Amino acid sequence: MDRRMFFRLLGLGFAAALSGLLPACSPRESAVEQGNRLKILHRGIGPDLADLDPHLATGPGDHSVLSALFEGLITEDPKDLSPAPGVAERWQVSADGLTYTFFLRGNARWSNGDPVTAGDFLASWKRVLSPTLQADNASLLFPVQGAEAYHRGKTGNFHEVGFAAPDSRTVRITLERPTPYFLNLLQHWVWWPVPVAVALLEKYGPVESRGNRWARPGTLVGNGPFTLKEWRAGQRIVVEKSKTYWDAANVQLNAIHFHTIDDVNAEERAFRAGQLHITEALPLAKIDSYRTNAPDVLRIDPYLGTYFYRINVSLPFLNSVAVRRALSLAIDRTALGRSLLHGGQTPTGTFTPPGTGGYVPPAGITSDPDAARALLAEAGFSGGKNAPPIEILYNNSENHRVIAEAIQEMWRRELGIDARLHTMENKSVLNARSAGNYQVLRSGWIGDYNDPMSFLAIWRSDSGNNYTHWANAAYDRLLYEATRTPDAAARLQILQRAEELLLSESPLIPLYHYTHVFLIQPSVQGWHPTLLDHHPYKHVRLIDTAAP
Amino acid sequence: MFRFFASRLLQSALALLIIITATFFMLRFVPGGPFTAEKAVTPEILRNLEAHYGLNQPLWKQYADYLGSLLRGDFGPSFKYPNRTVNEILGDKLPVSLELGSLSLLLALLMGIPLGIIAATRRNSWIDYCASTFGMTGLSVPTFVVAPLLVLALSIHMGWFNASGWYSPEDRVLPSLVLGFAYAAPISRLTRGGMLEILSQDFIRTARAKGASELRIIFKHCLRGGLLPVVSYLGPAIAGILTGSFVIETIFQIPGLGREFVNSAFNRDYTLVLGTVILYAALIMVLNLAADVAQAWMNPKVRLAR
Repeated sequence: MDRRMFFRLLGLGFAAALSGLLPACSPRESAVEQGNRLKILHRGIGPDLADLDPHLATGPGDHSVLSALFEGLITEDPKDLSPAPGVAERWQVSADGLTYTFFLRGNARWSNGDPVTAGDFLASWKRVLSPTLQADNASLLFPVQGAEAYHRGKTGNFHEVGFAAPDSRTVRITLERPTPYFLNLLQHWVWWPVPVAVALLEKYGPVESRGNRWARPGTLVGNGPFTLKEWRAGQRIVVEKSKTYWDAANVQLNAIHFHTIDDVNAEERAFRAGQLHITEALPLAKIDSYRTNAPDVLRIDPYLGTYFYRINVSLPFLNSVAVRRALSLAIDRTALGRSLLHGGQTPTGTFTPPGTGGYVPPAGITSDPDAARALLAEAGFSGGKNAPPIEILYNNSENHRVIAEAIQEMWRRELGIDARLHTMENKSVLNARSAGNYQVLRSGWIGDYNDPMSFLAIWRSDSGNNYTHWANAAYDRLLYEATRTPDAAARLQILQRAEELLLSESPLIPLYHYTHVFLIQPSVQGWHPTLLDHHPYKHVRLIDTAAP
Repeated sequence: MFRFFASRLLQSALALLIIITATFFMLRFVPGGPFTAEKAVTPEILRNLEAHYGLNQPLWKQYADYLGSLLRGDFGPSFKYPNRTVNEILGDKLPVSLELGSLSLLLALLMGIPLGIIAATRRNSWIDYCASTFGMTGLSVPTFVVAPLLVLALSIHMGWFNASGWYSPEDRVLPSLVLGFAYAAPISRLTRGGMLEILSQDFIRTARAKGASELRIIFKHCLRGGLLPVVSYLGPAIAGILTGSFVIETIFQIPGLGREFVNSAFNRDYTLVLGTVILYAALIMVLNLAADVAQAWMNPKVRLAR
């Protein structure tokens, strides 16, 4: 073999190796097309879940999977999330608003065929409240009489907690005080039952402790419209239509594949390649391009969350109300919205998003540089003279940086205040927040349930989420008064007064209300814009767009 | 030979202990902990959580306990995933990274070595320039540019492959190609350099004078010496390629160890960080040892028992 021959052969081998890598190169039926045909929904849900146990799940995104596998006493209306019958076919509320009685339907079943009973709910709530389980969301059960005391270990007797089951199909809950949003609260996954009473959990570890391994494929028993089929960590969670679900006849989807894609760019590429019906998010930089080129797949829904800055009011300079108000008034929110927010977010001067549980926020902080300068002068820092520099702390993200830079410039221009930007990785920021080791802190708050209390309660002086050192007795009193006011309209008015007080004291600077920006294939029907991004799956349909 | 292995093994064990100790304590000095979350939990819950995982013990005790469980082969529970252990997670993810790594490595060698040989034997011809261009491109264009471009062309426009995922055999093609390409470039450069050096030596001229065919010269006389630089490069490179690439795994959403390695640090999942670090360190040590042995076998000038 001479040299030329050798190189020819080598080249040939090379080409063969390369072509062997490529499949039969023709476009295939995409996952979305196949899904439309077989009624399989492909949904991107962001990072993988830590656990499928509804009592231990913490992330807001966990709801997307858990709501397929479990169902509480009540469910949500697909359009406005108002309470709809779930395991309970009906319920009664006593005149004083303190006692809720739920009547369970006879045909509610666990996925192993056992009936779902009142005892299941009680055993589940006992588990959530047990101090040993360390359920992050246990506090959502605190409106119930004696629940907090039981959770804090002040009593070991669960009978003292306001839960009762007069018979196997009746659940009675007695509250500590009237809680007008109690039915909204019940929609949170921490209230959903797990099969404790049917002695399933104890096979896989201690029931009221972490590390129980029941919530895995093969062993997870749920009562929702779907059952768990597969969970490949870091890839996907597959659920299939449940045969035992009481309303199975109305469930239109045969399966849902939840794709745990933790990179928004990868998710967007997967959507374009036809692998996903719905994405969890969309990279900010791509929103404008979709708006122009593919508006039919772009969706911007309102979302129950607020982007704001916390102010550490324990520090000199920032402990002055006038200074804090000046900082807030000096921000041109319209300009922020026009040039920096591409996802349709609404710039805001209030904390609670309008419409939360029928609530109308007060007038809020407007943009008024003249008033801001006057306030600063009143506080003795006219034109920013003698004002110490302020540090804005945020976790590293492009989005936070551009907003912080804009605000830095507005404070410099309008008030003559020197703001410095400081960025850290997320957990370090959270640590600085707990330690009170910040001046101005970039923050966000997502409501747990659709009621203004989910927002306003964090500013109570005893709230673990306050972090600003701002404590105001009048504010606490107003919130207390609101919880004691049975009349819904009067209660909302009290909350409005509370928020007015909060904003006038400005321990926070509201900036904008979130939106949920995502991509969705036209074949998905029944995916309504809801404030909490909840979409009861039994109302979701897929139409076969390719069918003639 | 035995003394060489024994001393290397001892050195490695010591290095591993230092790595474990440093990682263990450095992790604890980083602000924030596994249960630092966006929304506050009650102090009772936090206390109970810390007690459950033994985080309320003095640090030296936690360290001693950790070493103890390591000796039993137990990497402990994951803090982030309450119902999974670190052993399970590593057992899940390592095979994925190994598979991707082996495929990429195979591709890298198949592309890099022939290209390097051709470039060396046809020095300053168009084929040499092509190979050099390939080498420079591979070195200078990062994978996070190549990968999305390939996805754009072959997944989104042609519809041949999935843009991400790790389910079917087709899903292996794009990630292996991109990662293989990144490693093929330096391999082809090193092969070319090594071959050129050998080709210019007297014994090659002698072989040619004696009428040996070009193939015989390349494969019999040149290759063994010419590949030495590649072999010493491959030790650490294989460790890097097998333990996964954060970038490739993120772009293609591959459930490998590389992503876990980075994310566990962000999550402050102490045990998972330690588990991945120990695994990486051990792999690198073993592969470096293997590279040393291979080099000694290929090059009589290197002696194991020095």
